[in-house]
Amino acid sequence: MTPLTSDYALEVVNLKKAFGGLTVTHNVSLAIRPGERRLIIGPNGAGKTTLFNQISGDMRPNAGAIRLFGTDITQFTPYKRAHFGLSRTYQIITLFTGDTLEHNVTLGLLGLRPSRWQMWRSLSYYGDLATEARRTLDAVGLLHLAEHPVSDIAYGEKRRVELAVALAQKPRLLLLDEPLAGLSDTERSQVKSLIASIPRQTTVIMIEHDMDTALDLAETVTLLNYGRVIVDGDRDAVIADQRTREVYLGP
Amino acid sequence: MRWIATAPLAALLVLLPSFAGDFYINLASQILIAAIFALSLNLLVGYGGMTSLGHASYLGVAAYISALLTSRCGFGHGPAAIVSIGGTTAMAAFFGVIALRATGLGFLMITLALSQVLWGLAYRMSGVTNGDNGIAGLSRPMPFGISLDSAASFYWFALMVALFAYLMMAIFVSSSFGSSLKGVRDQPRRMAALGFNPWMIRWISFIYAGFWGGVSGLLYVYYNKYIHPTSLSVAGSAEALLGVIAGGSGTLGGPVVGAALVLLLKNYASAYIERWNMLLGLVFLFIVLVMPTGIVPGMSRLATALRRGSR
Amino acid sequence: MQFWIIQGLNSLSLGGLLFLLSSGFSLIFGLMRLANLTHGAFFMLGTYFGATALRSYSDLNIWLTALGAGIAVAAIGGLFERLVLTRLKTNPLGQVLVTLGMSFIISDACLLLWGGDSIPVPTPQNLQSPTRMLGFVFPTYRLVLVGCAIGAAGVLFFLLERTRLGAMIRAGVDDRQMARAVGIPVSNLFTIVFCLGAGIAGAGGVLGGPILSAYPGLDADMLPLALIVVILGGIGSLLGAFIGSFIIGFIYTFGTALFPELAYVILFLPMIFVIAFRPQGLFGRVSA
Repeated sequence: MTPLTSDYALEVVNLKKAFGGLTVTHNVSLAIRPGERRLIIGPNGAGKTTLFNQISGDMRPNAGAIRLFGTDITQFTPYKRAHFGLSRTYQIITLFTGDTLEHNVTLGLLGLRPSRWQMWRSLSYYGDLATEARRTLDAVGLLHLAEHPVSDIAYGEKRRVELAVALAQKPRLLLLDEPLAGLSDTERSQVKSLIASIPRQTTVIMIEHDMDTALDLAETVTLLNYGRVIVDGDRDAVIADQRTREVYLGP
Repeated sequence: MRWIATAPLAALLVLLPSFAGDFYINLASQILIAAIFALSLNLLVGYGGMTSLGHASYLGVAAYISALLTSRCGFGHGPAAIVSIGGTTAMAAFFGVIALRATGLGFLMITLALSQVLWGLAYRMSGVTNGDNGIAGLSRPMPFGISLDSAASFYWFALMVALFAYLMMAIFVSSSFGSSLKGVRDQPRRMAALGFNPWMIRWISFIYAGFWGGVSGLLYVYYNKYIHPTSLSVAGSAEALLGVIAGGSGTLGGPVVGAALVLLLKNYASAYIERWNMLLGLVFLFIVLVMPTGIVPGMSRLATALRRGSR
Repeated sequence: MQFWIIQGLNSLSLGGLLFLLSSGFSLIFGLMRLANLTHGAFFMLGTYFGATALRSYSDLNIWLTALGAGIAVAAIGGLFERLVLTRLKTNPLGQVLVTLGMSFIISDACLLLWGGDSIPVPTPQNLQSPTRMLGFVFPTYRLVLVGCAIGAAGVLFFLLERTRLGAMIRAGVDDRQMARAVGIPVSNLFTIVFCLGAGIAGAGGVLGGPILSAYPGLDADMLPLALIVVILGGIGSLLGAFIGSFIIGFIYTFGTALFPELAYVILFLPMIFVIAFRPQGLFGRVSA
């Protein structure tokens, strides 16, 4: 099912994850091409976030392999995966709430640079970091709030900052975990247009619980249920598939 | 730090011996030593989010190594200081590997346990450490041939070391590495996802904190000319922790204020109350219940509120 | 040969005492996620109560004294939990610091009330004559201590495994949020467990008196042992506390007898290894 070439941005091969007696990921395999926009859907408890956690390295699978642009990253720590071009956002906002928006993006930029080990020079010495951070904030329309602490801004704006931090690193693969959750209509369309404008050099995989909102961002869709891949393919084909209807509406 | 407040303070610090008696000069020296110790602990607690109850290990070990090398092995103070700091820093590296297997309470318990091992060793290996008698009759170093025996000369020496320590730690916390440490404190998972190595960042900070703890230990043994196993006790670590928390762990100034307060309290209270530990315990309860973020943040909040109100 | 037998029995009786000390600590840590640094002081308080009671009234029943002291210490613990610890629910670091502060308060209070000299505690008269068994002579009291620990373990096991209260405690240890969600009164449970833990420690202190004596610093000697037992045996596991207590009892007794200068190191090494290689301890459900 999965050809062993490096034509793929991400290959997940027979991934298995169990917590004690409960198997959460059952032989999941995925093949995602560079530049693709993949949506992973499924009911609550289908194992979507667990799958993401294994791809990002927050969890170790019990069996199976994960390949990023041909490199086997299954044993890599999360931070090593970041250096290989992986970036992700989280379901729960994990920003540095006491710090300014600019500082949040700056940290995102610092993570891949050798200067992060610098114990002597002040962070403000790196003027190019500040410029780049502000440019990134501008790209998500939040430059006017750059000096504000994250705790001061609205939830929808926090979601955009999360995106900004993840995008700042110009990742090759971006994992978005429910990026539209909890947003108002206006906020949702803002975030959606942001996601739509992500350059093709970044492959995007998205988890969304609410199918309707995310579908127009997707080119391909994978449907998960009870930790298994049920349907996998082009968006329209998956929507039309009988099995998709069964998962959401019952047999 | 505002210049208006700093200049008179600096003048006061430098000129203290010209208007204060020996008792107060010595008290000031003790405060400086306690301040360095508290600042080093705060690198872990405030900036690193790692609460340690075993920081006295570094003070005590540095002090004992210097004491033993100068009194038993005929080392000069310079070489003894180098070996002492080097040894303490190496020990911090080793302890860090063990302690960082856990976080939170586990980390706390491991640091406590490790420091208790050292404390027990200091008491029981009396062949080496002289046990409960401690090692007395030590001397102070003579940098560039200058004697540090007078209260004033030691004070200025300690002041220079303290200012240097403060400066170095200020540079550390505002550096990129310092920012990454604070990031790991706040959102370790997010930091890892961004490409930072949380363990390495914590370990390096742990070692650096141990290094400065050792520096305070050297000053401690030079000041007292005596070392005893109680320097390695939990009470010592606890007092420093109290100082950090009472003063406010989020800032550099907080631990200094807190350490000064704890030391002053200890000195004055023990004149009136026999049971200092009980008072210490009550102060702990009070601070944690009433002022959990500490005095310095509380004061700066007050100052900000007053400034806003006067507009 | 006599040496090994005697040290072996000493190990068992120390193990028994350690179980009385650490079972409460383990439960408190497991349920409340609190490293109760006051625990050594609770034990010491019991020892001092016992010392005063047993020295003043030589025919006082040690079991009743232990029970009385246990209740008294449980009451003190309960007050502390209700008045101080409950206010710090959102501040786990603060909780640890106040237990440390409380331990200072109690230990200094003991120093104030009983002075700085070590107070030996008389062994109860009816248990003073040695027991002859298998050709060897054993101090009876030490044998009895082992029996106590086994008895206490039995009672605690029954409480945890067979009663509704125990089921609630076990649920709370496994998953506090879930327990709250299904309606278990977790904060009342906290108070009960804290009192229980403190009380057992206090009672254990009385029983340990004849062997350890009451002296300032007993709390500082006992607390690290409780820490090690619980880390070794596993947090929240009574079986772990039981087995861990006897393992540590043996290590400490033989270590002190054979290598007195390195006794502490020998004691802490297993703990450090456990933390490094198996953080959940031998039987733990929760890792440090």
